[in-house]
Amino acid sequence: MVIRDGDTIAAIATAPGDSGIGIVRLSGPEAISIAESIFESISGSPLGDLPDRRLNYGYVKDPTSGERVDEVLVAAMRAPRTYTREDMVEINCHGGSVPLKKVMALVVDKGARVAEPGEFTKRAFLNGRIDLSQAEAVIDIINSKSEMGLRTAMSQLDGGLSRRLGVIKEKLLAMMARIEASIDFPEHDIEEITREALEHGAKETVDMLERLIATASSGKLVREGLKTAIVGKPNVGKSSLLNALLRENRAIVTDVPGTTRDIIEEYINIKGVPLRIMDTAGIRETEDIVEKIGVEKTKEYLDRADLILFVLDAARPISEEDRTIFEIIQGKRVIVLINKTDLKVEIDMGEIEEAFRDKPVIPMSLLKDEGLDTLEEKIHDMVFSGQVRSSDPVMVTNVRHEDCLKRARKSLLEAIESIDAGLPLDLISIDIKESMEALGEITGESITEEIVDRIFHDFCIGK
Amino acid sequence: MEYLAGEYDVIVVGAGHAGCEACLASARMGFKTLVITLNLDSIALMACNPAIGGTGKGHLVREIDALGGEMGLNIDKTFIQIKMLNTGKGPAVHSLRAQADKKSYQAHMKMALEKQENLDIKQDEVVEIIVEEGECRGVKTKNGAVYKAKAVILTTGVYLRGKIFIGEISYEGGPYGLFAANELSASLEKAGLKLMRFKTGTPARVHRASLDFTKMIEQPGDREIIPFSFMNEFEDLSRDQISCWLTYTNEKTHEIIRKNLHRSALYGGEIVGVGPRYCPSIEGKLVTFPDKETHQLFIEPEGLDTEEMYVQGMSTSLPEEVQVEFYRSIKGLENVKIMRTAYAIEYDCIDPTQLKLSLESKEIEGLFCAGQINGSSGYEEAAAQGIIAGINAAQKIKGEEPLILDRSEAYIGVLIDDLVTKGTSEPYRIMTSRAEYRLVLRQDNADRRLTEKGRKLGLVSEERYRRYREKAESIEKEIERLKNTTVSPTEEINEFLRVRKSSEIKTGLSLYELIRRPEISYHDLAAIDADRPQLPLALGKQIEVEIKYEGYIKKQLAQIEQFKRIESKRLEPGIDYTKVKGLRLEAQEKLNKIKPESIGQASRISGVSPADISVLLIYLEQKRRTDRE
Repeated sequence: MVIRDGDTIAAIATAPGDSGIGIVRLSGPEAISIAESIFESISGSPLGDLPDRRLNYGYVKDPTSGERVDEVLVAAMRAPRTYTREDMVEINCHGGSVPLKKVMALVVDKGARVAEPGEFTKRAFLNGRIDLSQAEAVIDIINSKSEMGLRTAMSQLDGGLSRRLGVIKEKLLAMMARIEASIDFPEHDIEEITREALEHGAKETVDMLERLIATASSGKLVREGLKTAIVGKPNVGKSSLLNALLRENRAIVTDVPGTTRDIIEEYINIKGVPLRIMDTAGIRETEDIVEKIGVEKTKEYLDRADLILFVLDAARPISEEDRTIFEIIQGKRVIVLINKTDLKVEIDMGEIEEAFRDKPVIPMSLLKDEGLDTLEEKIHDMVFSGQVRSSDPVMVTNVRHEDCLKRARKSLLEAIESIDAGLPLDLISIDIKESMEALGEITGESITEEIVDRIFHDFCIGK
Repeated sequence: MEYLAGEYDVIVVGAGHAGCEACLASARMGFKTLVITLNLDSIALMACNPAIGGTGKGHLVREIDALGGEMGLNIDKTFIQIKMLNTGKGPAVHSLRAQADKKSYQAHMKMALEKQENLDIKQDEVVEIIVEEGECRGVKTKNGAVYKAKAVILTTGVYLRGKIFIGEISYEGGPYGLFAANELSASLEKAGLKLMRFKTGTPARVHRASLDFTKMIEQPGDREIIPFSFMNEFEDLSRDQISCWLTYTNEKTHEIIRKNLHRSALYGGEIVGVGPRYCPSIEGKLVTFPDKETHQLFIEPEGLDTEEMYVQGMSTSLPEEVQVEFYRSIKGLENVKIMRTAYAIEYDCIDPTQLKLSLESKEIEGLFCAGQINGSSGYEEAAAQGIIAGINAAQKIKGEEPLILDRSEAYIGVLIDDLVTKGTSEPYRIMTSRAEYRLVLRQDNADRRLTEKGRKLGLVSEERYRRYREKAESIEKEIERLKNTTVSPTEEINEFLRVRKSSEIKTGLSLYELIRRPEISYHDLAAIDADRPQLPLALGKQIEVEIKYEGYIKKQLAQIEQFKRIESKRLEPGIDYTKVKGLRLEAQEKLNKIKPESIGQASRISGVSPADISVLLIYLEQKRRTDRE
């Protein structure tokens, strides 16, 4: 069990949900420097140079991509005149739950740790900020919150997540036992693990972690948005669809450099589901995408999409171009939209039903503003299958799990780097063990004992 | 009849590896010390394999040495083969292992004891500890002697109610044909100590002339010797080395063992004691790993003045005649003559969670325990606890703080913390995998970690301290020089790099930066480093480690800083955890049992959760404020 103390912690201080404003709060020695590294004030001064306890207007910027995440108000509060008597920072976000979580993810990337339940209050008390008479209340908070945390953790850990964590842990444990057995018992005929096998195992585990991280509800979806492609032949209403979605749901408009320089992406937020619309420039052009870039290229392009909105024209019969797209998008996550139902229907609905038997088909009229609600509902249902709501209390736990999973991944990536650099086994094992410890924080297990047990289980050792 | 035979500051019961270090430490710290042993000829006896060191164990020996202990010096005097293990696996796990001349090792250790000022040595059997008002005040012996003392250290090894098993035959006895100590256990139980029953075993000793080495693989020692003791240079120790020999069991061996499995004391159900997993009997290996077609065994010499050979890997509790049969089925052992039969031994030990980190009993003041009595196994583990118990008995009499090494300072700290915090369900062996910060706890820097501490205690001689300072300074100086020495991208330099498959340089680069490359060693670099000072081999290696792994070392140092924070939050022994509101029931019970000395130690008790730790932190703050008011 790793007990950390006196490091910098962070949490979303407002209730989870889709409220307009949310606060990310940091406390600890690195609070100001961490916030400074992602905050771009309107005045251009770094946060550390700005006056104490004042709200400063600016943007949170992702330092890796340079992308602006949200418009924010940030206050730095220096110790000891703060709630915890440590340096604290509050970042007021305006963009709703998506950018809020992204901001949280960024501060964690920069070295903050996701706070334990009741940890801010605990620090406040330990640092003499809260009256002695309230000590028991503080203990109650810690206990009730950790119990709640435990319950949600347990329910999260039941079933799928727990099984997959089990598989990952098993893999790492087997690798570790192999390394450690050969280190601790060099005179026994234990076959030393090859660097190739080690690297392969580490990479496989990283992949497994990646997939797990992506499934966390605040994972890939929140961070990157559901990559959505709008396809259809010219003049079916792709551009109107995009505009209609943007009009109602635009969250942040960003220019993300893509594979080609003119591809522009936009974020929209549909009932808590962030969509990242691919190639908005292409959508606005009138030319046929297939004709423009070719079938193969289109395939590649659509392969990258998590969701495809395929728009058809109700007033025109199915064309060759439509059929080519039919072919390309078979087997993908597709919602078929029959636009222009306000006009005389010429399209063969039978053929469409036949071609997209298991896919939702939604008639709509963008002109009359019909069908858009159904589409939004469908998107939401498809993503969450009705299981996850953005107001779910599990969200906080998720962030912590995600933090652990990401740290586990980071350590493994470092292990791979060390393997590539030809560093010796004992150093590589430090990274792998760190990775296991990060996972152990989710399940609460003692890693060292497990490794030792595993060595004796797997290998015949004895003098 | 009883009589008062003497009064001492410290009495050490037993003169095995723990007892020797314990009595030397307290005597060297200036306290009048008595060591009592069942048999003067068994001082520092290696009752099992004739070797010192190995992974983790080698680290312990260097730490004992750095503190001013004897084991490292003694093995340097008496080794007949020495090897650095794990050289291919990285600097943290390089470990020294030496084959000892057993008799010579014993003789030199006995001499060290005999020459030690303030130390009396006595052959007798301690049958009782004298406990009055919760304090241990002396011991009584079989011969009727009563010795009074301010502190008593129990280092009883495997002698307490020792019982030997060879197949269906079993009898009272100690190791190596020595007597058991049958009376002391009852006295310990009466004093309130909880005892456990552990088991261990040893293989047969065989006659050299009955072996055919042409059928075995020779295992020579290293040509470049790195000594155990920081007091020695490798040039001082060069001598002819003796080889060990490797051979393997086969299907026939396994068949004989399987056929007779029911006659093994271990599987016949005779033995109740718990044996160590890392040191199983050959029958245990066959049962646990039925698919393994062959097991290795090493034939190791017991010394220069004897033809006895130790058969590592073939520990067993099968009947004597079965031993002969299966030994003879092994290649090279066809005509083997067994001189000493393999046996299993069962013995009493205490549950080590009854001890404080200082190795003093929580209940009985002035009573310390070290070595196998604490549930550990191995000469080195015993010696490590011995020196700490000796130091802390002395510190207690002085009225000073005990020496407690934490997990970030020494393997000794890992060993003792594991034992007293978690307890053990089998004889405990140190492993490098048990250490969280092993890159910092290397065998090459044990002096830097511990010699200052040993000096403060009065255990480190002026000579040792001078060597330590000199070494530390020359390392520092050399690293500085490497940082400041730049090489230019000449054809010579780039040729040097090309040969080592290292990328060529285009601008000047410091030697320091070149050593950071995994493919360039400090040793190799001598070819392009004309001004290099003449440094001992071990020193060059340490410099290389410090440079090459700087990043990882820094990372561990940062983790250690975190670790030290909660380790430094003290918990008073008098706390009644059932009265601490907010702790879960399980945590209350565990904490009351272990009585951890710090929040850090508390966090390592199984059944204590992070939320419980938070509650303890709040409790401490609450108490601090109430006390202040």
